[in-house]
Amino acid sequence: MALLEIRDVTRRFGDFTAVNNVNITIEKGEFFTLLGPSGCGKTTLLRMIAGFDLPDSGQILLDGINIVNMPPEKRPIHTVFQSYALFPHMTVAGNIAFPLKMSGKMPDEIRSRVRESLDNVHLSSFANRFPHELSGGQKQRVAFARGLVNRPRLLLLDEPLGALDAKLREEMQIELINLQQEVGVTFVFVTHAQNEALALSHRIAVMNQGNIEQIDEPSKIYGFPRNRFVANFIGKINMMDVQVLEATYSHLKLIVAGLGEVTAPGKEGVKAGDKGIMAIRPEQVQILHHAEEAEVKGHFPGKVHDYLYVGNVTTYIVELANGIRIEALLPNSTAGRAKFFEVGDSVVVTWQHDASTFLND
Amino acid sequence: MAKWLVSGPPILFLLVFFVVPSLIMIVTSFRFPGEFGGLAPLVAPAGEVGGEYGLTLEAYQFFLSNSLYAEIFLKSFGVAAATTLICLIMAYPLALLIASSEKRFRNLMLLLVLLPFASNFLIRIYAWMIILGPESVLSHFLNTILGVFGIAPLTLLFSPFAVLVGMVYVHLPFMVLPLCTNLEKHDLALLDAAQDLGASSWQCFWRITWPLSLPGVFAGSALVFIPVLGMFAVPEMLGGTGDILIGNLIKDQFLGTRDWPFGSTLSIMLTLAVLSIAGLATWFARQSGGMKYAE
Repeated sequence: MALLEIRDVTRRFGDFTAVNNVNITIEKGEFFTLLGPSGCGKTTLLRMIAGFDLPDSGQILLDGINIVNMPPEKRPIHTVFQSYALFPHMTVAGNIAFPLKMSGKMPDEIRSRVRESLDNVHLSSFANRFPHELSGGQKQRVAFARGLVNRPRLLLLDEPLGALDAKLREEMQIELINLQQEVGVTFVFVTHAQNEALALSHRIAVMNQGNIEQIDEPSKIYGFPRNRFVANFIGKINMMDVQVLEATYSHLKLIVAGLGEVTAPGKEGVKAGDKGIMAIRPEQVQILHHAEEAEVKGHFPGKVHDYLYVGNVTTYIVELANGIRIEALLPNSTAGRAKFFEVGDSVVVTWQHDASTFLND
Repeated sequence: MAKWLVSGPPILFLLVFFVVPSLIMIVTSFRFPGEFGGLAPLVAPAGEVGGEYGLTLEAYQFFLSNSLYAEIFLKSFGVAAATTLICLIMAYPLALLIASSEKRFRNLMLLLVLLPFASNFLIRIYAWMIILGPESVLSHFLNTILGVFGIAPLTLLFSPFAVLVGMVYVHLPFMVLPLCTNLEKHDLALLDAAQDLGASSWQCFWRITWPLSLPGVFAGSALVFIPVLGMFAVPEMLGGTGDILIGNLIKDQFLGTRDWPFGSTLSIMLTLAVLSIAGLATWFARQSGGMKYAE
């Protein structure tokens, strides 16, 4: 049985539908992420799982039992808040002991569990500090420890890394993955940062305007976005309007206006005459010098319009014959090869046809 | 420089009207009372034989030798403590309500709390004399009910009860305001977090809201406790002959008996008592570590 099952959950605020008929099943031990832009309903959904908000319709099942009418303090679900919400009048140890005290544990057990928990987050020497004496990363760790110490069935994390600077955030991401593997608690993580979601999760639910757009593993979300929103929201992607010329089980023949024919992997339910989008990630696009290749199928001439050098990679923007600009990401992995092309160079772009995706409109 | 220009006038004001009078009072407490009130001269006038001149500890000896004064002190502290406690119990829910309501209602409610200050203090106490008086609706109502059970009629006015009612009435806003100021700053996410981690609403209050509101509780308690100790108008008007407090005692020394040295002695003892209580409270707060996070 699934650990958490969200069934047909809808939540409206007046005329505004924050969460629209959402269905999610989360398995035990999973690191599940709700990803979406602000206002997409992910936080409302999280608050309903925690018990701070009630769905207008639908059910939330934990171990098969509907918990919609269970108050937050009775749910075996703990939350790590965006602002950490550490109790300022309690020490680090006091904060971590709080959920244990609330569940009526014996003082001896509380002491040993707090010590163990402090060890887990490398804060043993900070037990008697107050929250205002800690750095952002340390506060973050205390919040994790406090949420996990009483072994909840589910830990909800509401953009917990949002307040940290980039370098610290990356460190905490790794720590968070290790922590989750160590304690084996199921995580439901809410974020608007797609790279964070891709790096941390076992599965991601992409949300937009209260709807779930796609639930999949990170590589599937990135590699096979189901629609224009997901493709656009997760990473960078080139998109061209196309029409389907020929559809078979294995491949699609597409017509790009002013460019010609391209091939894409076959997709269920697509038929000749359909209109849609062909999407290709910048790192899948190759750029070749004009001279190297003759008129081969699937090669499109263009001119380098601009480039952006960012150290490990360079992004080139190539303007194709039909005026479409396509982005290509080239790794600077060869020593001394900081730049391959100059602005104005005539080049040819190409890609493996199975790297592109056709998306229905 | 600008700092001194701005803070200079208030410092000067306090120097002239607080520090200097306090010093005068201390000196006064060590002098002899004049024969017809006021103070006896420090040096005997020429030709005068006998009489009491110079400095003396007589007033302090008198204070310490007579247990009546200690009793009045104790009683006054009792009334002050009771008033503070009742004010706290009454003000806390109100302050919680005000602090948790919308901003525009909050300001309106605070205005209502302060509204009694718009009318004269004595008039408000007179109003209580009428409300608690023997001919009042309240007295009639109460005594009719008591009469049914065969209990002798009660006199509300001129009793310790009336004094307490008056004290609480006058000082309640001084408790509400600091509590509101404190409570409205509370981070509501903390209550969510506590609840999320398994705390019932009762536990949320006692483990989060109450400890975090202690600075407000202390401020409000000081603002009620200290003025009540010195208050003489309320016991004089609402209390009976036996209900006098330190405030009345001091007032009588200056305006009735005209024994200035003893009046000064009483004032100084009162100040010392208040200061030691405040000191003890601060020490306890430090010891418990409860205030550490706020420093």
